[in-house]
Parts: sequence; structure tokens; C-alpha cells
Amino acid sequence: MKITLAYGGGGEETNKLIKDLFYENFKNDILIKAEDAAIINIDGKTAFTTDSFTIDPIFFNGGDIGKLSIAGTCNDLAMMGAEPKFLSISFIIEEGLHFNDLKKIVDSISTELKKVNAKIVCGDTKVVPAGSVDKIFINTSGIGKVIKDNISAHNLKIGDKILVSRDIGRHGSVVLAKRFGVDTEINSDCKILWDEVKALIDEGIEIKAMRDATRGGLSAVLNEWAEASNIRIEIEEDKIPISDEVSGLCEIFGFEPMDLANEGTFIVAVESKDAEKTKEILKKFNKNASIIGEVVEGEKVVLKTPYGSKRYIDLPKGELLPRIC
Amino acid sequence: MSLSLKDLYSKFRDPATIKALKKEIEKEAVKLKEPMRVMEICGGHTHTIMKYGIKQILPDNINFIHGPGCPVCVMPKERIDHAIILAKQPDVILATLGDMIRVPGSTSSLAKARAEGANVVPLHSTLDVLEIAKANPDKKVVFFAIGFETTTPMTAALMKRALNEGVKNIYYHINHVLVPPPMRAIMDGGEARINAFIGPSHVSVIIGAKSYEFLAKDYNTPVVVAGFEPVDVMESILMLLKQKNEGRCEVEIQYKRATTYEGNLVAQKLIDEFMEVRDSFRWRGLGDIPYSALKLKDKFSEFDAEKVWADVLPNKPIDDHKLCICGEILKGLANPKECKVFATACTPSNPLGSCMVSDEGACNAYYRYGR
Repeated sequence: MKITLAYGGGGEETNKLIKDLFYENFKNDILIKAEDAAIINIDGKTAFTTDSFTIDPIFFNGGDIGKLSIAGTCNDLAMMGAEPKFLSISFIIEEGLHFNDLKKIVDSISTELKKVNAKIVCGDTKVVPAGSVDKIFINTSGIGKVIKDNISAHNLKIGDKILVSRDIGRHGSVVLAKRFGVDTEINSDCKILWDEVKALIDEGIEIKAMRDATRGGLSAVLNEWAEASNIRIEIEEDKIPISDEVSGLCEIFGFEPMDLANEGTFIVAVESKDAEKTKEILKKFNKNASIIGEVVEGEKVVLKTPYGSKRYIDLPKGELLPRIC
Repeated sequence: MSLSLKDLYSKFRDPATIKALKKEIEKEAVKLKEPMRVMEICGGHTHTIMKYGIKQILPDNINFIHGPGCPVCVMPKERIDHAIILAKQPDVILATLGDMIRVPGSTSSLAKARAEGANVVPLHSTLDVLEIAKANPDKKVVFFAIGFETTTPMTAALMKRALNEGVKNIYYHINHVLVPPPMRAIMDGGEARINAFIGPSHVSVIIGAKSYEFLAKDYNTPVVVAGFEPVDVMESILMLLKQKNEGRCEVEIQYKRATTYEGNLVAQKLIDEFMEVRDSFRWRGLGDIPYSALKLKDKFSEFDAEKVWADVLPNKPIDDHKLCICGEILKGLANPKECKVFATACTPSNPLGSCMVSDEGACNAYYRYGR
């Protein structure tokens, strides 16, 4: 069965979709009231974010667009030290999408939501004519309760250490491999990161800056921090965790693992005294967590090789295309 | 014990080996009578030298002159315009390899043409063209073929497969260029004062080290065919230094794990089956070089996009931006940092010249790693 324009018409089919699929999977006392807006209670400092998700392919090793849309927004909240609480979700569906595909996406959203104490409290569905969008676009917005504040890209000081929570480049590798027709067993790192962040906060780590390395990868995060805090970040090439599969795929295509997207990997800056403890905590979640570098005086991001040369790491530019030869 | 992909390259990036080679190079370099001006012909080597910071760890009397071996960098604007014009023809799907998508022609690029609705497909593998053609029997699939001798056999293999399988809707716009002719042109020019060469890796796998004998014989310049990894480049530098200090002038192969003296004879034969040398080809920056590129043989004219669409494809030379010095850089006469617009008006996001476009271009490598 395929989704037709009738499902977005606001009539009987739309209601069926909402009741049988969305309410059934996302149900909570706020959502099922089905009012024009959700009424929620928030006290204290609150984080608010939004993100839209489009991805080709919509199903990939280790996730799908549904899981991504929840993890992405929850992670944006988590990176600001906020516990995800309330989410909105909007679907823009291309006419002709298989109903079973939508169901799989909704199932995975529901599975992902159960991993955090967050609820979908409002939503919307549109169905548009074939060709107007690519299969399905999802927007989620999220509200989170700030548990640890004052986390900012502007906070970095000379001597601070930079850590990465796990091996990099998985999500980007999976997507690019599928797009260019290469079979791979790599799984995307797509995952909600609140548990990791909460562990750091609970253990009393003074988190200075934190960001999930999504599009643009590790390179982008480090460059943004260097610019925002007006400092130089020096990283050591042999400390950056990269799985054999990801480096192999990068060899084939001519990509840089540091430029590839991640969806469940974050970079955190802490004071030097907290670095080892941070690493130990992160290692409980992924053994590849690593202290990759430190903040020094200057500007830009510099990579140090183990044999004594240095090079700049720039922001990735343009579309990622395989090299010619 | 099974072999993993990593085993194939990790030792060639081994820090201890690089450090050991550095020491050996230092010992030889002090004995040099004059500074070594070594041209790495291939853009892949330029990339390796910049990415791994090899220049920084070598003595000051070893200088790299970056050569013209970046296939998209040497493509003149009028031929990039061909790609854009072809992509906009009715019922055409234009397929090409990677970076070509970004290269600016005289007024647009394939990426912009695609945004305007042209059907442009970036390929990872040349043979994917066959699948595209089969899946779109009512379309004309134009393969805009670029690259040096490395990618040429793939184009020939695609033609062979297509003909064998009776796939008739693939057309070829051949821009395959040859490595030896521009090397001769650069040496004849003499201005770059090159006294050693690092020979290309994968080009040499196809054409064989024998193709560089003329550099040793006619120009008394040593050549070492090198692999693309940092250990390969370091070892090749050491081999060149030893040739210099021992007064030898030979073609040697460091990249023995893939290159032979004769090259890949099967690939060479396959190329000969479908293509022949053009009388002349215009190189961006270098100008017209006789017998420096390939074209389809006349018997395949019905698949030759240059002939099929001859009416709409202009051939008037188009000059580079007047501030761009890609020509001088490709000839080994200038370094990207000497260009007035480098990293200011000309960046990878908005390249004025071709050397900024491709990963293999000298300006792009300097921008990414060495600014």
C-alpha cells in the first residue's frame, strides 16, 4: 500500500494515519488531547532547538531517517547540557511512499524515544505530489531542561584538552558508500548521546564546550571552536580514533575521515585536570574515546603527525565527490 | 591470518620508517652539489607531499616543483563548456568522474547546470555508465571522459562492454591526456630548471617506466617512479639523491609493488583498440601540445560526442582569469602562494583557476594543508 495525496487532505485518511499510526506509536497524555497546541510545563532554564532531516538513502546500516530525526534533535539539546523533554515532529511525505516504509520509520522513532525520557507532544503531516520532495522529509523541534549550563564554543582557554567520544566518520561513510554503490558492513553511529552527557555531568566534569560532530565532521567542529574562542587547536594524528572500515572506505573514495558526518559522536573540551577522568567515563560507553589534542595560543586547527610535520585542518568545502583516480 | 585493507597502506605511513628515511635523506642531501629541484608530475603526489607535510621534514636544498598532472586542472575552459553544453541538450544524461562536477568553465560549471535542471551524474566507477544507459534506454548518456593514462583503460573497457552488450545509447567525449608530452614540453621550455623527477604512480602502472626513458636520455634528468604514500615519496627522494650523488641518470622504480618497466600491456592494447593520438591538444596553462591527448578512432564516430554534437560545441580558446597564474604553476614556474588571488578571491568554494578546484591541484593542496 502506498501513501496517496488523500492522506494529507485533512479528511478521513489523514485521521486514520494520525490515529492508527502516529498516536498508536507516540501516545502520551499531552499528544492524545489533539488540541491545536500542546500545553507543557517548564521551569528553570530551557533549551530549544529545531532540525530538518533529509537523507538518501532513508534506510541505512545502523538507522533510518526516523531514528536520525530523534537522535539529531535530542543530541542538539544534550550538547547544551539539556535533558530532552518535549519534541514536535512534522512529516513531509512524497506521494507514493510505501506505507510499510512509513511504518518502519515510525517504529524506529518510537524505539528511539523510549531511550530518553522525552515525549512527542505535537506534530503535523503533509503529503505532497511525487517529485516535490524525496520520499520523506522530517522536521523535529525539541525542548530540554538545562542541567548543566554555560557550555559554549566561546569558552576554550589555552591548555584545555579536546576529546572525541568514539571513532569518527561512520555515518558519512555509510551514506556515501550506499550512494556510490559500494557494499559495506559499517554501521552508522546514529545514537542519542544524553546518557554519555549525563554521566559527565553526574561525575562533576566541568564541560567547557561540547558539540556533536554532524555534517562537516570533526574538522568543522574544531574550526568553529578555534574561531569562536580565538585560539588554536592542535590535534595529534595518531590519537584520532578511526575504525579500519572507515579508513578503508576513505582510501577507496579519497575522503578524509575528519570531514565525514557523524550522528552519535561528540567532541568535548575540558580543563586539563579533568581530561583523564572524562576519557575514562566516555570509555564506559565506547572504548575508542580519546584525548585528541589541546588548545594553544594562535588561530586555526593544526594536525601534528607522529614524525614531526604539521598541517592545517580546514573546514570541509563543497560537495563530497569521489576522487578521479 | 587474513589481510585487511589497512595492511595494504599502514606500513607505508609508518612514522618510524618515515623518520628513518628522513635521516638517510639528510645524509645524502649534504653531499648534493646543487639544490635538487624535483618535479612531482602527478597531482596525487602533490597532495601527498602537502597532506603529510613532507616538504617540512626535508632539508632546504630539496625543492618540490609541482607538475601538471591533475586531470581537471589541465582541462581548458572551452572543453569544460562542452560538458556543460552537452548536459543541457535534450534527453542527455551527462556522467563524469568526481571533481569534474565542480570545475568552472567560462560561465558556469556542471554543478550549476545540475542545479538548473540538467541531468548530471557524478560517478565513482566508469562502468556505472553502463547501468545508467541500460536503465534509461530512451536517453542519450554522454560519458565525459577525463584523466591521464590511469583512467583511459576504464573508458576503453566501458566501450568494449557496451559494444559487446549492444548498448547503443552511450556517447563519449574523450579528454584523455598523456603524461610524457607535457613533460617534454616543460623540459624544452627549460625555465623551470628541473633536475629530477618523481614519476606518477598509477599512470606508470599502465604505461610502464619505459615511457620516461627520454627524460634520462635526452635531458640527463633522473626519474624515480614513486608510490602515493609518504614512505614511497620519502624513499623515492632518497633514490633520486643517490642517483645525483653517484652521478647516475636513470629511470628507476620505487613503486615496484604495482609498476613494471613495460606497464600493463593488456590495458595498452585495449586503449589502442578504441583510441588514437590527436594531432594536438590545448592544455590549460601550457597551451597547444602536439600528440598529447587521445580521441576515439574514426570507426567509432557514431559514439563520439564531439562529432555527434559538433554543431553546438564551440572550439574557440578561452583565456583564464587574468589574475590567475595556474598556467605558470602548471609549468613549474610559480608556487600557489605567489598568486595574488590565492586564498583571497580564489578559494575551493569559488575557484578562479583550475588548480584550486581539484584535490590534486597544487593551489587546492596548499589551501587545505599549507596556508
